[in-house]
Amino acid sequence: MNRVLSFRKTDLYVPAAAVFISLVVFLLSSIPMLAGNKGGEWVVITVSGERYAVLPLDEDRELTIPGEKGLDNLLVIKDGYADITEADCPDKVCVHQKKIRYKGETIVCLPNRVVVSIEGGGEGEVDAVSR
Amino acid sequence: MRSPGKRVAFLSVLTALGMILSYLEALIPVFYGVPGMKAGLGNILVVFLLYTLGRRDALIVNLLRISLTALLFGNPYSFVYSFCGAALSFAVMVVLKEQDFFSCYGVSMAGGIAHNIGQIIVALFLVENYRIILYLPALVISGCITGAGIAFIAAMVIKRIGRRNVIDMGT
Repeated sequence: MNRVLSFRKTDLYVPAAAVFISLVVFLLSSIPMLAGNKGGEWVVITVSGERYAVLPLDEDRELTIPGEKGLDNLLVIKDGYADITEADCPDKVCVHQKKIRYKGETIVCLPNRVVVSIEGGGEGEVDAVSR
Repeated sequence: MRSPGKRVAFLSVLTALGMILSYLEALIPVFYGVPGMKAGLGNILVVFLLYTLGRRDALIVNLLRISLTALLFGNPYSFVYSFCGAALSFAVMVVLKEQDFFSCYGVSMAGGIAHNIGQIIVALFLVENYRIILYLPALVISGCITGAGIAFIAAMVIKRIGRRNVIDMGT
């Protein structure tokens, strides 16, 4: 019985797979930036799966987003970048995520169910209305 | 000596212990990163039971622990999160344990990862945005680390008490 209770070399496959999966997801998530290489035009804010607001990326402004449980996120759009600079959520993962500007890039605040993403290009306006 | 009453009492004590572990980790704010995401201290019990009394008792205690914890301290959302995480985690651990390819460390780490992936699947449905996948690397790595810690604790407890003694207590 002690055999299955002691660490084996084969156990290392599990963390190896974990690191591999993480790297793949990480690389896939950065592709929009590599491929698009063109600034998006719209900042799309989603709260609890519903579209809350769509703002132009080229217009500097600040917006307080009310999240799920009355917790707020402060979104700052400046110099063509969107960024969450303050949040009431406990973990601040969204604040630490880097500012975004390219189509497909995203900032997520899971506790508040807030998702900020860049959509864009020419048809951005149509998208924003029709979806 | 086999005794149904003894088994019921033993599993009940373990369920109570599991609820205390769940409550304890709810008090530690570090694990509040994602709603429902926990270090999974309760998984110590699951690994402990899988390697002593077997999967049937592990399943019973796990189900009771999750339902009772949700009733006492949680809400419907936290129940769905922890139920889906625990279900996927349990299934993965049972299958991998049968293969006898990993020790309890590999099994528990895979269980920890599965637990977090199960929760992210729930989050995908609740938040309705596929970009939550961006949380995946952090969750996979943290599941791996907590899984290793859980295996260490469970293995140590089994070795100190003795597997035979645990089986005596629980049958």
